[in-house]
Amino acid sequence: MTRAATERSIKINVRNFSFYYGDFQALDSLTLGIGQNEITALIGPSGCGKSTFLRSLNRMNDTIPGARAVGDVLLDGKNIYDPEVDVTELRQRVGMVFQRPNPFPQSIYDNVAFGPRVLGTARRSDLGDLVRQSLIDASLWDDVKHRLHGSALNLNPGQQQRLCIARAIAVKPDVILMDEPCSALDPVATLRVEDLMRELAEHFTIVIVTHNMQQAARVSDQTGFFWLGRLVEFDETERLFSAPREALTEAYITGRRG
Amino acid sequence: MANLTEFARERYAQAALRARPASIWLRRGWSETLIELLIRLSGLSTIAIVGLIFLFLVREGLPTFLDIPLRQLFSGRWYPIEGLYGLWPLLVGSLVVTAGAIIIAVPLGLTTAIYLGEIAPPWQREILKPLVEVLAGIPSIVLGFLGWVTLAPIIQGLGAPTGLTALTGSLILAYMALPAIISISEDALYAVPKEYRDGALAIGATQWQTIWRVVLPAARSGLAMAVMLGIGRAIGETMAVMMVTGNAAFVPDLGLDMPLSPVRTMTATIAAEMGEVAQGSLHYSVLFGIGIVLFVVTFTINLIAGRLVGSVVRRRGGQL
Ligand SMILES: Nc1ncnc2c1ncn2[C@@H]1O[C@H](COP(=O)(O)OP(=O)(O)O)[C@@H](O)[C@H]1O
Ligand SMILES: [Mg+2]
Repeated sequence: MTRAATERSIKINVRNFSFYYGDFQALDSLTLGIGQNEITALIGPSGCGKSTFLRSLNRMNDTIPGARAVGDVLLDGKNIYDPEVDVTELRQRVGMVFQRPNPFPQSIYDNVAFGPRVLGTARRSDLGDLVRQSLIDASLWDDVKHRLHGSALNLNPGQQQRLCIARAIAVKPDVILMDEPCSALDPVATLRVEDLMRELAEHFTIVIVTHNMQQAARVSDQTGFFWLGRLVEFDETERLFSAPREALTEAYITGRRG
Repeated sequence: MANLTEFARERYAQAALRARPASIWLRRGWSETLIELLIRLSGLSTIAIVGLIFLFLVREGLPTFLDIPLRQLFSGRWYPIEGLYGLWPLLVGSLVVTAGAIIIAVPLGLTTAIYLGEIAPPWQREILKPLVEVLAGIPSIVLGFLGWVTLAPIIQGLGAPTGLTALTGSLILAYMALPAIISISEDALYAVPKEYRDGALAIGATQWQTIWRVVLPAARSGLAMAVMLGIGRAIGETMAVMMVTGNAAFVPDLGLDMPLSPVRTMTATIAAEMGEVAQGSLHYSVLFGIGIVLFVVTFTINLIAGRLVGSVVRRRGGQL
């Protein structure tokens, strides 16, 4: 939060970005800069386009028939919607954690090793260390070090979500997108994941969708407020929650709308 | 005070113990009991019928293994008219035809299911899936005709002495097993949650890597089931195979062109000769003996399949 006062370095620059599902316009000319090593929170009521925007940042929307993106998303200055961009390479750099924990029905080890294996980013001999380090970074190592080869599905939901985070960071992305990562977790597990996010922000740029405003206020540096596909306000988190510029934002965060 | 409640609790527990059996009888009433009895009876009768079939098979077929020396049974000559009952050619015939069918049908069925379930655009899926159902509905005898009329000439064109060969039988059988393999494996793939695919794609896996490393392993017990059911269909099938394999009861030479020789399967032998034998003759018993062999083989395969699926489930922490 103090970091923002000094100069920010922009990791993802979104310019006039619109998104359509067929004829339906889900996002309307968004412009914002997502700062490097910051946590950016996206808040707003259900159906206002938060997930759509998040999935636009690693092109997970590509598979939806009839979906169309207009405008630029510059990652380190390069437009990710350029035709020559390799989508698998993009997704390695921009990882994703989903709303419901979705570990593969395989061992804990295989889950974390999945990315390095398919992308060929780690030598066989380094794989064990990489898995271990990723689990440590996801603060899951102590829970699972004695059962790395047990099924990931035997973990509790909080552990499963941290496993998914470990799986995402094992390919050493620059950016991690999280779509309501705590909505399936109990309060204790939620706090653990929030702590983890703060630690991860040292190494990664994080964008998190949440409709829990306390969570946004607790963890994020910058917050964007979405409303019906538009970005109503985007500012430092402290500022947005204490002195919103827009009446709509104020109405939402004080609980009069939503 | 404490003693009193203690006492009361004990009395109550004793009373409850004594009361339980009677009260259960009272509450269940006679209709409950009757229903349970009926269910029990029908369950037991199924088991009893299977047992009786097996007993009958053994009684009729046993002379095969008592009256004919084992050496003759495993010899290469099946000449019932001369009293030579070597089962070896029939065993080999069944084995070659079935193995051929499996080798053709399993990869074809699995890849078709993967294409239908994972790759094909929706409009293709809507055309192809009903077609697979239609394929399942074709009576086997019609496939036998097709094999005879169209497939056999093609096989002969490949350089076989006749078009009616083990390979012709394998192809027809494979075709017959395909619908089961395709639709069951497609169901298994469909049951894999979309979240798994999203998870893999979001890490940067290609579609193919996602299918190969996440979707297929997640569906493997269902896929194993599909394969086993397909094989089951192939082993038991009789008529179509009888029509197109040439019905030559001798052991083909071992070699690459083995599939191109005419053979005769165990099922075809029973079907073809059952009408001509005198009841109670040795020939008659031997046909039942072949039935016993088939029974044992099928049973063993089912057993192995059960073990395989079971061990897969166990390895994955109880998750299907
Ligand atoms: N695959 C899709 N096809 C068509 N419309 C969609 C699809 N996904 C989302 N939408 C629509 O886009 C809008 C934004 O959805 P979403 O991004 O999921 O909102 P949020 O995450 O903020 O709840 C909603 O009106 C939703 O109905
Ligand atoms: Mg959403």
